Amino acid sequence: MGLRGEAAIVGITELPAVRKPTGPGRFTIEQYALLAKQALDDAGIGADQVNGLVSHGIAESDMFAPATLSEYLGIPVNFGEVVDLGGASSAGMIWRAAAAIELGLCDVVLAVVPGSYNLPVSQTQPPREFGYYGASSNKFGSPQAEFEIPYGNLGQNAPYAQIARRYAAEFGYDPRALAKIAADQRTNACVHPDAVFYGQPITIDDVLASPMVADPLHKLEIVMPCQGGAAVVIASQDVARRTRNRPVWVKGFGERVTFKTPTYAADLLRSPISAAADRAFEMAGVDRASVDTASIYDCYTITVLMSLEDAGFCEKGKGIEFVNSHDLTFRGDFPVNTAGGQLSFGQAGMAGGMHHVVDGARQVMGRAGDAQVSDCNTAFVSGNGGIMSEQVALVLQGE
Amino acid sequence: MDKPLPEATPVTKPFWDGLREHKVKIQYSPSAGQYIFYPRILAPGTLVDDLEWREVSGTGTLYTFTVADRPTAPPWADALPQLLAIVELDEGPRLSSELVDVDPAGLKVGMRVKPVFEDHPDNGVTLLKFTAV
Repeated sequence: MGLRGEAAIVGITELPAVRKPTGPGRFTIEQYALLAKQALDDAGIGADQVNGLVSHGIAESDMFAPATLSEYLGIPVNFGEVVDLGGASSAGMIWRAAAAIELGLCDVVLAVVPGSYNLPVSQTQPPREFGYYGASSNKFGSPQAEFEIPYGNLGQNAPYAQIARRYAAEFGYDPRALAKIAADQRTNACVHPDAVFYGQPITIDDVLASPMVADPLHKLEIVMPCQGGAAVVIASQDVARRTRNRPVWVKGFGERVTFKTPTYAADLLRSPISAAADRAFEMAGVDRASVDTASIYDCYTITVLMSLEDAGFCEKGKGIEFVNSHDLTFRGDFPVNTAGGQLSFGQAGMAGGMHHVVDGARQVMGRAGDAQVSDCNTAFVSGNGGIMSEQVALVLQGE
Repeated sequence: MDKPLPEATPVTKPFWDGLREHKVKIQYSPSAGQYIFYPRILAPGTLVDDLEWREVSGTGTLYTFTVADRPTAPPWADALPQLLAIVELDEGPRLSSELVDVDPAGLKVGMRVKPVFEDHPDNGVTLLKFTAV
């Protein structure tokens, strides 16, 4: 059961992450078009070959995103999808695209995630209000409005800190190991010119000296919101053979969605990536020892630590030992987030999830420049949405 | 900036009514043999239509917490640090809350906690907070 591994990522693009918007504002449908064009050019595929598109939705329309995008791009599709899995949306888009291709619905699917909030401002309509609720809904009848927000339980920092606090109580904690994750990824960002923290190395002590935001999480263990965007083209075997990049086959995936608010997790320390990764590796027929690079969703350092454990790269509760005994940089024995991860590349909104897909695919394509992992044939990619509550695992491979 | 307060729904009203009387009432599913939180229309997991309201003591343990030195949202800017807690009631369910009248440095995962009923008479709402036993 599952994918046969006959659909491949053939084109990738990722805009440089920047702190402040540059250039003219662009609507998200415009960003989608520009990113799609870049990714298709990267693959050497014409827009006329595209017959599937996936998105996270568009800011200009609350509904009918696939039809609106299809019309705007002038691309009729056999498969139009909105994936609503937060930070796991991008990884979720990749397997849905691969499945649509293997079912024979599509030859080429676009998976595009705009990541700039610099949208043109209307002269007649009031500005879009975002409020402070973030990923929580304050609408009447929403469980978050009634049982979370009144107690100040909103945003991401506090819930992730609660996870880290619980982890410490159950398994013990070494702040230096968590800080090492951030420092190793910064080393990777320092050879990736598009990273927001390019040229700014940090040490473990720097991380621990940064302000405590939500105990035990320091500022440098938390992603930096940025502007950017990313896109990926997924194609059938026939098309993939004719493109200019080394095809990156989508060999296995898993997805698991379990709760919205961590308060209601059955076990807060056993995250859904566990089941997702088991399924992905089994589907791919690949064992974990074959993984050459792992791109692990890293909104926080604790996310990386727990994902390494729960995805099965080390025993549960031994993540600190694993991090302390491995070099996680691109030149190390277990390369993680070789383009800096979101912690050091920057998190361009929802495009942050696609950062990991692009990172894994770029390595397998052999296009990671100075950060290239030698003989990189197998990449593991994770997506994480909500508060470690909806997660996707991908196993990607070269020939 | 005012802190947002909850608005009861027809299904959840008994919970909030209970808090106003300084009682903790949550739902129980006899077929599942489980207490549940938050209140729902059908039992989660089984979708059996047998949820009944029961009063519980409200005591429990601190499942986890964080001491937030930066506000999680603007209304809490003057209420730092926020002592954000997940409490596991003795009957099993967990709920989100805040700890009050405690020394942040003395908090420990697994410590015993008991309810504190925080009345907001102008709004007719009582919040369920917790403190050390």
